[in-house]
Amino acid sequence: MAERRLSIVPTAVVALLVLALAAQLSLRLLQPRPSASARALPTPPSPAALRVTSLGDPIALAQVLTLYLQAFDNQPGISIPFKDLDYGQVERWLTRILDLDPIGQYPLMLASQVYGQVPDPAKQRQMLAFVSRQFPLDPKRRWPWMGHAAIMARHRLHDTGLALQYARTLREYATDPSIPSWVRQLELPIYEDLGELRAAKIFLGGLLDSGAITDPHELRFLIDRLKQLEDAEKSSAASRTRPTGSAAGKQ
Amino acid sequence: MSKVLAIAQYTLHEALRTRLTWMVVGALAALALGSVFVAQVAITETARMQAGFLAATGRMAAVFLVCLHVASSMVREFNDKGTELLLSLDLPRASYYLGKLVGFSAVALGVALATTAALAWFAPHQGVLLWGLSLACELVLVAAVTLFCVITFAQIMPAVSFVLAFYLLARSIAAIQLITGSQLLNPHTLTHRLSTWLIDGLALLLPDLARFTQTAWLVNDTGSAMTLGMIAGQTLIYGAVLTGAGLFDLYRKNL
Repeated sequence: MAERRLSIVPTAVVALLVLALAAQLSLRLLQPRPSASARALPTPPSPAALRVTSLGDPIALAQVLTLYLQAFDNQPGISIPFKDLDYGQVERWLTRILDLDPIGQYPLMLASQVYGQVPDPAKQRQMLAFVSRQFPLDPKRRWPWMGHAAIMARHRLHDTGLALQYARTLREYATDPSIPSWVRQLELPIYEDLGELRAAKIFLGGLLDSGAITDPHELRFLIDRLKQLEDAEKSSAASRTRPTGSAAGKQ
Repeated sequence: MSKVLAIAQYTLHEALRTRLTWMVVGALAALALGSVFVAQVAITETARMQAGFLAATGRMAAVFLVCLHVASSMVREFNDKGTELLLSLDLPRASYYLGKLVGFSAVALGVALATTAALAWFAPHQGVLLWGLSLACELVLVAAVTLFCVITFAQIMPAVSFVLAFYLLARSIAAIQLITGSQLLNPHTLTHRLSTWLIDGLALLLPDLARFTQTAWLVNDTGSAMTLGMIAGQTLIYGAVLTGAGLFDLYRKNL
């Protein structure tokens, strides 16, 4: 059925609609953009409550919870991401998400590559310990995160003992034939002390060769990480050479 | 004005005669029983858990009942040709629409009152009052959006589906904005920028229902008159948007 022509609508109705819409847009533009607060991360619901909430579809709920957790403290306006988060809570959230979706790797990626990157050794250790506890439960799928944990322990925490312990755990549990053999030899580059960039390059190169990473977003994310490492190494090399140059100038 | 009030009055009478009251009372009684169960199984903070459960589920039930009532009432009137009969009389379309809106808003206020009364035993009265007033605003908006959708779609299923999708989106739009604004994602890709613009644009057109009727006001006593003022302002403005849009649609409809 054809609608009546536009001119039949009274001017007052059109004016009301336009003015109200303008008021709505103004109100929403005036309201501050929603921002995440690092202290607002609550305790996750109990596993039983989550099971009930999932309505029989735990994977969908796990994915929603992952995005919810990820939205905390990485928003514009917060200068030091994750620093203020309660890592005990973060770990509880990650554990719950893994309980709901044990096949999913997202929580372990967040632990090793996101939450584990804060400039706080205690928090880094906590995330690495979380990864190392979760790894033996499903070594076939979780070995990349354990490998990252070993490299981080060596180059970020400068704890060779811990790094070797992680590499050893990796060798013991990563026995599935689908896992590349070089993964079981990670103790070697740790002993050799190759430097973080080279170790990370070897590890990432191995990961890419093995075809373990197929998701383009994850690939880009890891390559960006590598670039950050390269930039950091370049700037630290520059700062190492600068005092020498200035000293030479003085002489 | 008297025509508007007459339409509003018979809309309210219809609600009273279609057992909406019993539906609301029954739903609240069932949820109150559920909250007792929750309090029984909770190890600690039992009162907090009970109030939180009843508030969250009562809010959803109230939204659902108001939406279904408005949709079914309007569709029944369309099917019975009541709308055509009324509009064939000396009744401007605007008076009919506004009368319906006032009537359904009164129904929404009644449902909000009943839901708030059910909570009065479980939480501090000041928090309950703020929560109840905010729920009333929220239900008025739900009634207004449902009325608009029924006028547009003229059928229950598409209208209710649209309202529920609108409601869920309006309650989660702030969270969606947060997720799309994540700096973990590559902000320079075209798809990311497009999705951010789309979400931000959508947020401008939706009321931020996540700020409405928060359980925290009951269990943490964090509500304030200023928040309520903001909610009332948003209700007024968005109510006017919906009324304008509904009237625009009704005037263009060939009955």
